[in-house]
Amino acid sequence: MANYGTIFVLFLIAAMIALILWTLASVLGPKAPNPRKERPFECGNPPLGPVVRRVSVKFYIVALLFIVFDIETVFLYPWAVIFSELGWLGFWTMVTFVAILGLGLVYVWKKGALDWA
Amino acid sequence: MNEALELLANPWIHGFVFGAVIVTALMSVTAYITWFERKFAARLHSRMGPTMVGPKGLLQPIADGLKMIQKEDIVPRDADRLLFNAAPAITLFFALAVAAVIPFSPGLLASNLDIGVLYALAVSGLMGFPVWVGAWASNNKYALFGGMRAVAQAISYEIPMVLSALVPVVLAGSLSIGQIVEYQIEHGWFAFWPPGPGIFAFVLFMLTALAEGNRIPFDIPEAESELVAGPTTEYTGIKFGLFASAEYIHSLLASALGAALFLGGWDGPFGIPVFWMLLKTCMLFVGVTWIRWTLLRFRSDQLMALCWVYLVPGALGLLLITGLYVHVRG
Repeated sequence: MANYGTIFVLFLIAAMIALILWTLASVLGPKAPNPRKERPFECGNPPLGPVVRRVSVKFYIVALLFIVFDIETVFLYPWAVIFSELGWLGFWTMVTFVAILGLGLVYVWKKGALDWA
Repeated sequence: MNEALELLANPWIHGFVFGAVIVTALMSVTAYITWFERKFAARLHSRMGPTMVGPKGLLQPIADGLKMIQKEDIVPRDADRLLFNAAPAITLFFALAVAAVIPFSPGLLASNLDIGVLYALAVSGLMGFPVWVGAWASNNKYALFGGMRAVAQAISYEIPMVLSALVPVVLAGSLSIGQIVEYQIEHGWFAFWPPGPGIFAFVLFMLTALAEGNRIPFDIPEAESELVAGPTTEYTGIKFGLFASAEYIHSLLASALGAALFLGGWDGPFGIPVFWMLLKTCMLFVGVTWIRWTLLRFRSDQLMALCWVYLVPGALGLLLITGLYVHVRG
């Protein structure tokens, strides 16, 4: 647990650095607000239309794929650590697991979900 | 001297001393990395780079920092003030937190975690999200587009990165970065030995580290020719500086991680171990910078196709080949 204590202290220091810089800037910086300055920046043009529009569905597909593969890597990590103790059985189990996932990836690919153009 | 060492054995004091040293060193090294990068880019372009502030422009980073602190902090009218203000600080926080488990020489690290590799990848993976928070809170459409791209890219490339970092874990049979380095000192660097999987995993790791750090050729989130400055469009002064330094720290620590996992960490023919670790980290970072000023930017669809069609299956295959190798070797 002691190792996590040192990480916690490092967290505090990292947070402190960010806070110190931020506070310094807010104390030293000039404050001259005006309506034009606070407008959303669009290269000098008046802002056009709403900001939050409909988002392309591709982003959701990537997020879904990420969840599937991220969970897979979570399974792979403990496997990798005790890999040599598991022997051939552990190896072929993981080959099967990865093969099923690979099939899923090929399916997603052929369905055109990875086609961003 | 002995009393000082005894004091250091206390985890809280150890954490405080190493944390303060590492964080301060990283912040100042990051400032000078901007100077180095500008000089390096200038050489590649047959320019001079910064020359005016101090000899050879060496005081330029300090001038930049002072300037950023003195700039007005503009918050857009319709922004979510709390999230907008918090996002840069959280980004820097996650970037610095990765440093806790990077071993610079035996014993010279903030925390010798048993799950060091997992911790480093998890925390650096979290860095993509505050960027998105800041982009969303800005209430600016360029920032939002940039943020969407940033988070899509960060989560996509995280998978090949995590898988390629598993290759040294399988070879060394440990998740502790220190133990992986010691294994390499005994059996040879993973980038060269065993020939094959190691070098591919190394290239894959550095490639995905480039993408995770949003650096060219993967800087699509902040493509300045189309999105102004991407997620950081609305940020001014030191808040922009916090984002920028977080990005540099991220690239630097990814280089350090690459050096420790694949290039033998502090292993060297002579001299002090810290020197070799720092040298390897610097060489990798120079490589990253060189790529940045040499290549062009990918298109968004090329980027996603590269990741999901080539890198993810490639990384899975690489992992299984490594497993096969370890079993055949016995």
